[in-house]
Amino acid sequence: MTALRHLLRKPWIGAYAGALAIWLATVAFTEGQGGGGVLTAALSFATFSVLVAIGQMYVITLGPGNVDLSIPATMTLAGAVSMKVMDGNNAMIVPGLAIALGCGAGVGVFNYGLIRLLRIPPIIATLSSSFLFLSAAISYSRGLRIKPPPLLADFTTWIVWGVPVLAVAGMVLTFVMSVILHRTIFGRTVTAIGQNARAARLAGLPVDRVRFATYVMCGMFAGLTGYLVSGFSGGAALNMGAEYLLASIAVVVIGGTSVAGGFANLPGLWGAAMLLFLLVTMLNTYGFGAGIRMVLTGVIIIAVIAVASGRRPSG
Amino acid sequence: MPASIIARNARILLPMLSFVAILLAVFWLQPRAMSYVGLNLLLNLALPIAFATIAQMFVITVNDLDLSLGAYVGFVACVAATWLAEQPLLGMAALAGGVLVYAAVGALIHLRNLPSIVVTLGMSFVWLGLAILVLPTPGGKAPDWLRALMTWKTPLVPFTIYALLALAVVVHLGLMRSAQGAVLRGVGGNPRSVERAGWSLLKAKMIMFAFAGLFGMFSGLSLVGLTTSGDANIALRYTLLSIAGVILGGGEFTGGRISPIGAVIGAMTLTLAGSFLSFLRLDPDWQIGAQGAILILVLALRVIINRAEARGL
Repeated sequence: MTALRHLLRKPWIGAYAGALAIWLATVAFTEGQGGGGVLTAALSFATFSVLVAIGQMYVITLGPGNVDLSIPATMTLAGAVSMKVMDGNNAMIVPGLAIALGCGAGVGVFNYGLIRLLRIPPIIATLSSSFLFLSAAISYSRGLRIKPPPLLADFTTWIVWGVPVLAVAGMVLTFVMSVILHRTIFGRTVTAIGQNARAARLAGLPVDRVRFATYVMCGMFAGLTGYLVSGFSGGAALNMGAEYLLASIAVVVIGGTSVAGGFANLPGLWGAAMLLFLLVTMLNTYGFGAGIRMVLTGVIIIAVIAVASGRRPSG
Repeated sequence: MPASIIARNARILLPMLSFVAILLAVFWLQPRAMSYVGLNLLLNLALPIAFATIAQMFVITVNDLDLSLGAYVGFVACVAATWLAEQPLLGMAALAGGVLVYAAVGALIHLRNLPSIVVTLGMSFVWLGLAILVLPTPGGKAPDWLRALMTWKTPLVPFTIYALLALAVVVHLGLMRSAQGAVLRGVGGNPRSVERAGWSLLKAKMIMFAFAGLFGMFSGLSLVGLTTSGDANIALRYTLLSIAGVILGGGEFTGGRISPIGAVIGAMTLTLAGSFLSFLRLDPDWQIGAQGAILILVLALRVIINRAEARGL
């Protein structure tokens, strides 16, 4: 009993319960048809949301006002540049990955430069820089749609017994990032800054260096995701990051991370990402038109957040 | 004395200078813009953007952010181009409903202590979906009175400029010079002390969000008056423009430190920046990027000025 009560008090339980309920509602409608296929697809797409959300979660944990709005532009830039560099050549997969990560890191450095040196609030800094990076991506990849190397495309779409290999890799990475958050000085410092930046500074923690590293890391996760999404969907596209802005923030918050900072939660990301994808699938299955689907998506997201966030004092 | 006047108005000075600089640059590139018709063409889209910026400012005043504003303006535009023209009563009811929903969102954010970014991102789906339901494909027709108002040939300078002036003055008087305005700004500055002094935070948030809904509605109406037809996606970029306008105008994200006059000027500056870039014959690929660069430049200037101020003066 105490174990159950302990489980129910976990901040991520709401996301998983919601995802399960939505999946059951979908499967009930189709009378069991395609229930497994939906889960496989959900795992694939959830992986991308989770990857960008990990970076966003670290940034949000830094405290009020910290958020990275340049994720979509970073994904597009990293995807476009790496696809062009690889040019469909299997031998270039690793250099391509390095370049995608490098693009992301560059965006992070630029963002933090604006935040630290020019003292621009992160929201505006990452927003303005995203305009620049989007322009760079447009100008760099104008009219080109280069196919990813076949090996990369195969890897990102590889499914074993109904489980996408990419999702397994994503879960391992999530676990690693969870250990980093809870067990390393870096992770503890991120949390400490989010709880009280002034206290963290007075305690002698390297606040600036850790914030810098966090923004760079968030950029790298966006770069990695841009690279993988390009491989998955047969090339980079200029609007490919658009849906990940809401996704990255919503997944973090629904997953039980405090938007006020100082309290992060990694397991919840998967539940929340599955929930979002299954929600869209369910509304599609029920055959609603585009308008009603969007209204319901918005209302359900708000409802989930209103229920999930109410349990602990945040703000 | 002059020094203290400058110090007191420093918040408004930089936006004004940025606006004048970019206006002069536009005139220099395109001297024909220096006329009644030229000014009208340059600035007529500034009015809907200024309304949206003021709407965003109300939300920022209470330390929240509205990421659904662009979608909401699009919803209003769709309602105005369909129901308002054909069945005015239904149209007005729908628009009033929009303002009430805004107040309800404010209440929800306050009561459940929710992050406004996430709630309003969710709301952006709701507004976009509703707009698509009202007007599935771009089209419709603006009500005649709205078209007549927006194309009204006023003496001396175009209607837009009078409207922008009136907007700045009215909101300035209401929010900066009235007792109620001071309390509402105090909610952003120090919510606890406002609450201890006996005012209701819930009511304040609802009022500010309702005002955001009201001015967002004006934004959509003026936009439809100019474009004459509606489209659900017509104003999606207004979300970002409005935030940028508030910040360009000297507002800050927290603490209730805002400037309505600055916000209107910020919106005008952003509108002009678009024309300026097209006059420069800049590669279209870099148009968006250049807007980002202008934003960064102005904010950098602000930091330099603030530092100089802190050092002495």
